[in-house]
Amino acid sequence: MAEAPRTLFEKIWDRHRVLEREDGQTLLYVGRHLLHDGGATAFDMLRRRGLTPRAPDRIFATPDHYVSTVGGTLDAIPDERHRGMVEKLARNTAEFGIRQFGLGDPNQGIVHVMGPETGLSQPGLLMVCGDSHTSTHGALGALAFGIGSTEVAHVLATQTLWQRKPRTMRITVDGTLGPQVTGKDVILAIIAQIGAAGATGHVIEYAGSAIRGLSMEARLTLCNMSIEAGGRAGMVAPDETTFAYLHGRPFAPQGADWDDAVARWRQLPSDPGAVFDTEVTLDGSAIEPMVTWGNSPEDALPIHGAIPDPAGAPDAERRGQMERMLAYMGLTPGTPLTEIPVDRVFIGSCTNSRIEDLRAAAEVARGRKVAEGVRAWVVPGSAPVKRQAEAEGLHTVFRAAGFEWREPGCSMCLGTNGDIAAPGERVASTSNRNFMGRQGPGARTHLLSPAMAAAAAVEGRFADVRRLLGA
Amino acid sequence: MEAFRHLDAVAVPLPQPNIDTDRIIPARFLSRPREVDHGDFLFHDARRLPDGAQDPEFPLNRPDWQAARIVVAGRNFACGSSRESAVWALFDAGFRCAIAPSFGDIFRSNGTKNGLLPVVLPADVVEAIIAQLEATPGARIAVDLPAQTVTAPDGSVHPFEIDPFAKHCLLEGLDDFGLTARYEDDIAAFERRYGRENRL
Repeated sequence: MAEAPRTLFEKIWDRHRVLEREDGQTLLYVGRHLLHDGGATAFDMLRRRGLTPRAPDRIFATPDHYVSTVGGTLDAIPDERHRGMVEKLARNTAEFGIRQFGLGDPNQGIVHVMGPETGLSQPGLLMVCGDSHTSTHGALGALAFGIGSTEVAHVLATQTLWQRKPRTMRITVDGTLGPQVTGKDVILAIIAQIGAAGATGHVIEYAGSAIRGLSMEARLTLCNMSIEAGGRAGMVAPDETTFAYLHGRPFAPQGADWDDAVARWRQLPSDPGAVFDTEVTLDGSAIEPMVTWGNSPEDALPIHGAIPDPAGAPDAERRGQMERMLAYMGLTPGTPLTEIPVDRVFIGSCTNSRIEDLRAAAEVARGRKVAEGVRAWVVPGSAPVKRQAEAEGLHTVFRAAGFEWREPGCSMCLGTNGDIAAPGERVASTSNRNFMGRQGPGARTHLLSPAMAAAAAVEGRFADVRRLLGA
Repeated sequence: MEAFRHLDAVAVPLPQPNIDTDRIIPARFLSRPREVDHGDFLFHDARRLPDGAQDPEFPLNRPDWQAARIVVAGRNFACGSSRESAVWALFDAGFRCAIAPSFGDIFRSNGTKNGLLPVVLPADVVEAIIAQLEATPGARIAVDLPAQTVTAPDGSVHPFEIDPFAKHCLLEGLDDFGLTARYEDDIAAFERRYGRENRL
């Protein structure tokens, strides 16, 4: 009898299943475990139990949350506690023989930029990291999801994790994306449609012609924000784009191993007839450059939209929520997005700090100037991204336009290293969360793509990048 | 881990949807080790006015809800960041149970590994309970984990589902490290098989 058709997710799940108990709990083996400098507590938990990492060769680490984006050294970190977090990661990894791309290492960077870039993230792997944006790595056809500190300690000790099988959701985006419509706009449009809890309890597979046409970097952006739709993980089936991206990367298979790996990876895409618990479809040709206005990523509008009126809310709960968000964001119903001035611009984060993102922003910045009174930052996602951008002269373009060109790290996405906006400051940000206080107490965050962020920087207000580039 | 069996306690309503873990504990408190009391970080910014003073209107600041050990929240409670300190902040402030129509998946898992019971109830039930809590500040809710029921202030009883494994761990106060150790032979056998295909 032929096997029942399986999804990409099910194939990876099955392959990493050590055992399944009668109650449905499944012990999964973790192929790759990534660590960052926020994970000191997990090592404390490990020591308290007298345990040590089981498979150090499957664990890779890099500091990103607490590093300084002014100077990429330990001494440049002004806060003693923050410095301590970076030091602890170095000590813990050294003690247990875990490979760390530390400060000064040519591969240091945001952990979700480092993984794909070094070739550590690969199709068919089960990957975890103590960070919700671990969903990023699913862009390569891995099953990757974020876990808490106790789970990190459990994976360190056993290289396994207890899970119950999640449901599956396929989001199909067909059609051709318009000019300057990026992976960021696609994911914001998806979350606006299904809501911030739309994919709770699900692993998402993104499919359709518009997704197939996305570059690897755009797919990384897309999968990164799966968690913002409530999804545990997001995935794109591996294809020629994936293989071309991975080929030759330091930790990708080499030589004959490469051919074997690609042959295996070609078996991964969901079988025809595989069934998903939930199906969602979007018309890619209808997606426009997006900007968020509220405090959830679901509050996204096309750039030509206007701030919605709570009076038009479908129910009292939504009305109250909208009123609170508008008060926090300092916005008036009916105001066109293109009339809202910005104070800060942040181009960076695990969502949008890769070379393609910086190229897109530089194309807008080239020959233009950051508007009077606007402070604009570019924070490359990793040391390799920074080197590549500098080799292409992008840093010169940004600096000539008045942007600050900084060192790699998470930076203003969540401000753990002290890179925050002042209360009331409005930030055009390429990051992933517009939550109240996310970028600092009272900071007002609007999410958008790198090109749209650069457009906001030079215009001093949200602007349609298609107009600037004559698209 | 502290075991959870029965809880009869004051419940505080937080009716907004999408209360994220950045709200529950702002990122600047994440560098504290677990030994530090995280209770003071709970809703640190949300419960304060712009000048830093406690906002008397914020539910957790109101005298009637000072003793609360159960939070009843809107849908998608504790979404966003995987920070386990969101659970620690609630736990250290005395909370042992959160009730909502839905939770962020990672928070739900973190809760069960720290003695904080996440209970999913239908949206209309949660809405009704919140209305009762707001009408009678300081009202109590009873949670019975063995029976898997929540008794609302009005006496109505609502069953809830929970993963049998999570229930067992919470009832016994067990973490899963000890359990996993029992499967050492299975893991070792898996590793030999898996390692051949996934050389580094």
